[in-house]
Amino acid sequence: MHIGLKGLLLGTTLLAGSAASAQDVTLTIESWRNDDLAIWQEKIIPAFEASHPGVKVAFAPSAPTEYNAVLNSKLDAGSAGDLITCRPFDASLELFNKGKIADLTSLTAMANFSDVAKAAWSTDDGTKTFCVPMASVIHGFIYNKAAFTEVGVEPPKTEAEFFAVLEKIKENGSYIPMAMGTNDQWEAATMGYQNIGPNYWKGEEGRLALLNGTQKLTDEGWVAPFRELAKWRDYLGDGFEAQTYPDSQNLFTLGRAAIYPAGSWEISPFRTQIADAFEMGAFPPPVPAEGDKCYISDHPDIALGLNAASKNADAAKQFLEWVGTAEFATIYGNALPGFFPLQKETVKIDDPLAQEFLSWRETCASTIRSTYQILSRGTPNLENETWNAAANVIRGTETAEAAAKRLQEGLETWFKPAGQ
Amino acid sequence: MTERRPFPWHVAVFLAPAVIVYTAVMIVPLFGTLQLSLFRVVEDVQKFVGLDNFRTLFGDPRWSASFWNALGNNFWFFLIHMIVQNPIGILLAALLSAPRLRFAAFYRSAIFVPTVLSFVVVGFVWKLILSPVWGIAPSMLDAVGLKSLFQPWLGKEGTALTTLALISVWQFVGIPMMLIYAALISIPEEVLEAADMDGITGWSQFWKIKLPMILPSIGIISILTFVGNFNAFDLIYVSQGALAGPNFATDILGTFLYRTFFGFQLQLGDPHMGAAIATAMFAIILVGVSAYLFGIQRRLRRYQ
Repeated sequence: MHIGLKGLLLGTTLLAGSAASAQDVTLTIESWRNDDLAIWQEKIIPAFEASHPGVKVAFAPSAPTEYNAVLNSKLDAGSAGDLITCRPFDASLELFNKGKIADLTSLTAMANFSDVAKAAWSTDDGTKTFCVPMASVIHGFIYNKAAFTEVGVEPPKTEAEFFAVLEKIKENGSYIPMAMGTNDQWEAATMGYQNIGPNYWKGEEGRLALLNGTQKLTDEGWVAPFRELAKWRDYLGDGFEAQTYPDSQNLFTLGRAAIYPAGSWEISPFRTQIADAFEMGAFPPPVPAEGDKCYISDHPDIALGLNAASKNADAAKQFLEWVGTAEFATIYGNALPGFFPLQKETVKIDDPLAQEFLSWRETCASTIRSTYQILSRGTPNLENETWNAAANVIRGTETAEAAAKRLQEGLETWFKPAGQ
Repeated sequence: MTERRPFPWHVAVFLAPAVIVYTAVMIVPLFGTLQLSLFRVVEDVQKFVGLDNFRTLFGDPRWSASFWNALGNNFWFFLIHMIVQNPIGILLAALLSAPRLRFAAFYRSAIFVPTVLSFVVVGFVWKLILSPVWGIAPSMLDAVGLKSLFQPWLGKEGTALTTLALISVWQFVGIPMMLIYAALISIPEEVLEAADMDGITGWSQFWKIKLPMILPSIGIISILTFVGNFNAFDLIYVSQGALAGPNFATDILGTFLYRTFFGFQLQLGDPHMGAAIATAMFAIILVGVSAYLFGIQRRLRRYQ
């Protein structure tokens, strides 16, 4: 009798279980953003599940530094989740070329994104797109509003005004005009060259001209930002040569520096650090002359793709379509201020500083970092060489022209432009 | 006399564990590296290319410029150790072995302690000390009115490598000190007594009696320093990063190998070129050690 009852109970449980699983599909997301676990579980996934009954979603992140290796081995072993978070450019392109992630060009949500937004997850000729863009980071300058009021300056619009502001802060003497060091090198390239550069090489126009061979790194548009960087030297703190990235962040958040050449990812950590000590503002990279069109580096950073071997491809595509909607963009953009949705449709962000960065998209043209697509596939690697060149130019050990010439020569050793 | 001695099996048995372990963790990987350096990936297929990787390393102007820069820096790093670390080590040992020194045990431990610290700790602590933003070096110099002497040493091409070499000296000066100290206190009493009787005392006793007797130890220390310095990597990586800034002024063979083998940022790793660099490092160390063993150590006279 006893055994009979147990067997009956077990049988009904199994039946109930299999009935439920026949309706519900569980999608697993592979990601490196383990910092975002709470946001996914508490905000994003419930919002999706509410409007899509029958589809469950599980967010399964791994450590950022291990993600690429873990993902590759899971994909090879066939144990990877249905949805794959995509790194920008070559890492994801390689997965697509190997047939590990699926072609998503036909998703209707793709129409919500511009070509610049899709560039990071498209084939070199732009005909196929394999991940739905989620967010980008924007470059600009964050400043200390209290310091600007104290010195009596306004956020600059042109290059001339920018240096006038720096000069005034320097004369005043209470603040280091700008917090940046050259010790770690990447700040000089990323927050320096790639930040102010698009205004000189005219964003996408110059970047694509470089790719098809009609422009060279020795052309005026690519040398001018180096020349401007060289002028920054006089406005950085004492001993900036040995100043590291955390040093610069701390100088700004402690209120000792007035301007911080930034990426929008700094917004959340800066808010936590500064608390109520002073108010932050932001201005886009100043244009060379009054009335010039402005360009910003709006660099795609994260997207979502479909595992080509997924057994739940239909449900996964529903999720991907949803990731392309304004609903997802609003939730994601507000949960992570500084990581901006890439949809064409404008999304309202509550954080005022993040909203300020985002508003530049309306007035300025977006571009991506010049060295990321195609140009860093060979040796010497253009991105890494640019770090070194930008740091050298700021330290004054190499002239703008010499640095540009060296980068162009290095690039020419392996890169053949598409048009030639 | 036809009876042959049986094969000494017990020798083989006793040697086996060490030989097997050493072969598995040292010899096999070493030959694996040598082999790797003779291949290259061409269109996704691994292909035997003979010495082509070495031709690229020494023939291509960019690769060879990086290699010679790293090698030159490595020699400078070694030179600083030889002219600063080892003489100071000997001096400290000589002072410590002086019979009337008080707190000798304390000094000995205090000087030796940095040796057991992690490179990460040492690199980080010195970076903080020398930081132009928060460091205590600028304020200490300011306190004695020498603020103008302060420079962001780690950030300048002319001084960064020497600064790092001196940090490494600070960390490791305890090793030559200990080895020389051990050699000094093992000098027989009667030799020193005889010297005293002959009127050779103080510094002249050190130069004429003690120094010749510790020369073999100094030789060993030199070769250890050589091998250690040419394999160095950690301190530079921790304090300057894989790009060994500023402008590769602190790039040594270890960091050059790391960047090439594992890749860095957008640069993908190239195990085959990396293996070629590793092989070159092995050859340099082998030549150095052989030159010492056959050229110098055999001529050293031993007095005991």
